[in-house]
Amino acid sequence: MSELTPEQVKHHIKTYVLVFVSLAFLTIVTVGISYLEVSVGMGITLALIVASIKGSLVACYFMHLIDEKVTIYWTLIATVVAFLILIFVPLSAILDHTKI
Amino acid sequence: MDIPYTVKNRPDTGLYNGKLGIWLFLASEVMLFGGLFSAYIFLRTGVESWPSGSEYLDIPLATLNTLFLITSSVTMVMSWASLKLNDFNKFKIYAGITLLLACAFLVIKYFEYSHKFHVGYFPSYNNFLGIYFTMTGLHVLHIIGGIIVIFYFWIPGAKMWESDPERFTNRIEIVGLYWHFVDLVWIFLFPTLYLL
Amino acid sequence: MSSEHHKQSFLTKYIWSTDHKVIGIQYGITSLLWLLFGFLLMMIMRYQLAYPESPIPFVGSLFGESGILPSEMYNSLGAMHGTIMIFLGVVPLAFGAFGNYFVPLQIGAIDMAFPKLNAASYWMYFVGSVIMAIGFFVPGGAANSGWTSYPPLSNIATTGQTVWLLGMVMLITSSLLGSVNILVTVIQLRAEGMTWMKLPIFVWTQFITAFLLLLAFPPLEAAGVLQLMDRLAGTSFFMPSGLVVSGEVLTNAGGGSPLLWQHLFWFLAHPEVYVLILPAFGIVTEIIANNTRKPIWGYNALVYAMVFLGFMSFIVWAHHMYITGMGTSIGAFFQTTTMIISIPSVVILTTLLLSLWGGSIRFNTPMLFALGFIPMFGIGGLTGLPLGLAAADIHLHDTYYVIGHFHYVVAPGTIFALFAGIYYWFPKMTGKRTNETLGKLHFFFSMIFMNGIFMPMFVQGLAGVSRRLWDGGETYAHAADVLYLNEVMSVSAWLLGLAQIFFIVNMIISLFGKKTGEKNPWNATTLEWTDTTSPPLGHGNFEVVPTVYRGPYEYNVPGDDQDFTPQSKKV
Repeated sequence: MSELTPEQVKHHIKTYVLVFVSLAFLTIVTVGISYLEVSVGMGITLALIVASIKGSLVACYFMHLIDEKVTIYWTLIATVVAFLILIFVPLSAILDHTKI
Repeated sequence: MDIPYTVKNRPDTGLYNGKLGIWLFLASEVMLFGGLFSAYIFLRTGVESWPSGSEYLDIPLATLNTLFLITSSVTMVMSWASLKLNDFNKFKIYAGITLLLACAFLVIKYFEYSHKFHVGYFPSYNNFLGIYFTMTGLHVLHIIGGIIVIFYFWIPGAKMWESDPERFTNRIEIVGLYWHFVDLVWIFLFPTLYLL
Repeated sequence: MSSEHHKQSFLTKYIWSTDHKVIGIQYGITSLLWLLFGFLLMMIMRYQLAYPESPIPFVGSLFGESGILPSEMYNSLGAMHGTIMIFLGVVPLAFGAFGNYFVPLQIGAIDMAFPKLNAASYWMYFVGSVIMAIGFFVPGGAANSGWTSYPPLSNIATTGQTVWLLGMVMLITSSLLGSVNILVTVIQLRAEGMTWMKLPIFVWTQFITAFLLLLAFPPLEAAGVLQLMDRLAGTSFFMPSGLVVSGEVLTNAGGGSPLLWQHLFWFLAHPEVYVLILPAFGIVTEIIANNTRKPIWGYNALVYAMVFLGFMSFIVWAHHMYITGMGTSIGAFFQTTTMIISIPSVVILTTLLLSLWGGSIRFNTPMLFALGFIPMFGIGGLTGLPLGLAAADIHLHDTYYVIGHFHYVVAPGTIFALFAGIYYWFPKMTGKRTNETLGKLHFFFSMIFMNGIFMPMFVQGLAGVSRRLWDGGETYAHAADVLYLNEVMSVSAWLLGLAQIFFIVNMIISLFGKKTGEKNPWNATTLEWTDTTSPPLGHGNFEVVPTVYRGPYEYNVPGDDQDFTPQSKKV
């Protein structure tokens, strides 16, 4: 990132504007989905998909992840794995709980 | 002797120290908010009924807040890009707008909270409100932290641009990464609490 | 950071210092004092256990007129003993002190990546520990719901619990900042030629430990925030509906889950035990290589085993929760992962044992502690197996068997390794030598009395004696036959305390001893010994920043004129 030329930065700026427009649009989509008559499960899935797309745009372009090297990727992979364990394992535990 | 790679990238990792540092810190923040998201899922799964966000929360207001935060993310990265293009004045403008939008977010949050307290919806009322106040409250603390740091680089710390422009630009990049993360958390928090 | 000798005030040089060596010593002194305090708490508890409801000698006046330790206070001492030993003692010593002092030196760096952040981490630890101390002085005394702070009890407990939570938030933040520093330092500041597989094992262990702390601590911080909300804002995150306390129905909203706390707590606390042991593995490896005069057997296996251990540590935590009513599927999942995680530990111990084979062993004080570590950790690890198997755990959970198990790994385990490290690196940090006779006496008596305290615990646990009982099991018929062991363990504990006097005296007289002028008294190969003075230079550590050409344990290289070859010696 320290070695970007001014032309490269200007190109990046075009990307930032595009991403911003996408994010604004997807925000409206998110709110729109909430008005659809769907099951809770479907609602959660759709909301997560849209949020993940928005999050990926922020991470990849605003946070320059798409240009980053391996070190950051490994850190993030480890974090994502730990995060998924934290979310899904307690959930599995409560779903598998003995019903007295 | 100076500590190496504070400004220049280390060749094999392609990173300067501060950037790696902030990414690692953000990894820990993912786990912090992850703990709270896990708590939310655990609490919600454990009960028969859970209110929907619209019962207690103002969705249009929060949508506006979401747009404020997304815009502030763009202006933040633009402030960094301005420094890369050697335009210090543009940096000041974009950083200033970022601060303005961040404060606007806080103002709306203030109205949201005070309205709820006014009608007796305290965190202790039920677990939905409890987790709502806790998660958005922790998020607000992160916004405040971000405002303080961005303000520091906007005014008192801006003189580093004169003495060490490359290092100053890196610091703005690092602050930007933190700020984008705060936006990212909200991108997940908003649908989870308000829309589901 | 230039080499000009500008005059620094006492405050800048020794108190607000950003030099990793000074900060390492700050962590070291503070943590050793806390270890001593935590030990004293235990000695008081053990008096009550040996002689129930007798006035405590010396300090009895603190407990009221009768001098007898009240049961609520016993609970406080128990909860704080655990908290202090783990969070204020062992981890700050193993990670904050040794890590800060020696990681930069061993990788050829002039300091940590973020020196000011490093100083901030130490001071946050200090403030956090002061907050913990304040707990003893609030109404109701210090936290008394176990170091595990399970709700609903901890939710409704006295003020000390809130103080504990605030202290933990401070300590966790300090730890996170320290982790970031170690990780960036190891990734970015390795000297030229110091590739990953040339790193000393000590550095590997600190690196993996930092990752564990970084990712595992935040969920506990989240849980702490939730419990603070429960206690201060009246939320019900951990409070189920319909709770009755002392005959009165609670009026909170309910709908919460005590199990939520347990999941978030153990998500940290299980990786935490690997945080407790990994630095010990690192220190013991350094000392064994040095005192066998041969390379470590299975360097690669050691590294891969420890990385695998670190990863697995995130998916075993609910073996602390087998009896909470988990379904059989999830129970089987955790039992499987728990059994698997024992494998890397065995690999690690095996590489250390095989490293002794054919070695030219020097039995100095650090080596004695390092050798003592091996069987002690072996006992600790083996006794963990029945606990990891759900069926056996049903009988053993929350008994003295558990206490025996974890103390074996931490006390004659990690703490022996930390003593080994202190004796080993004392000459580097001070330029002076410790007294070998006192060191050996320290070792032998500590070894005997450690076993005197903890071996009987397995007997009591198997008989069914529960932990955290103020009267040591007196009221239970099933404990009658093993009750006599309480006095045995307590006497061993007090004698263990006395044995530490050899250490304290040794430290004092050695600190006031003569400088030997020796740079590398142990004839070691790693950079901190070969390329720095004793102690290392205040500004920048190295006269000339070294370049690395070799692995970390090149002892008795064929054809070499010495029995050790520094990492920085050209090929």
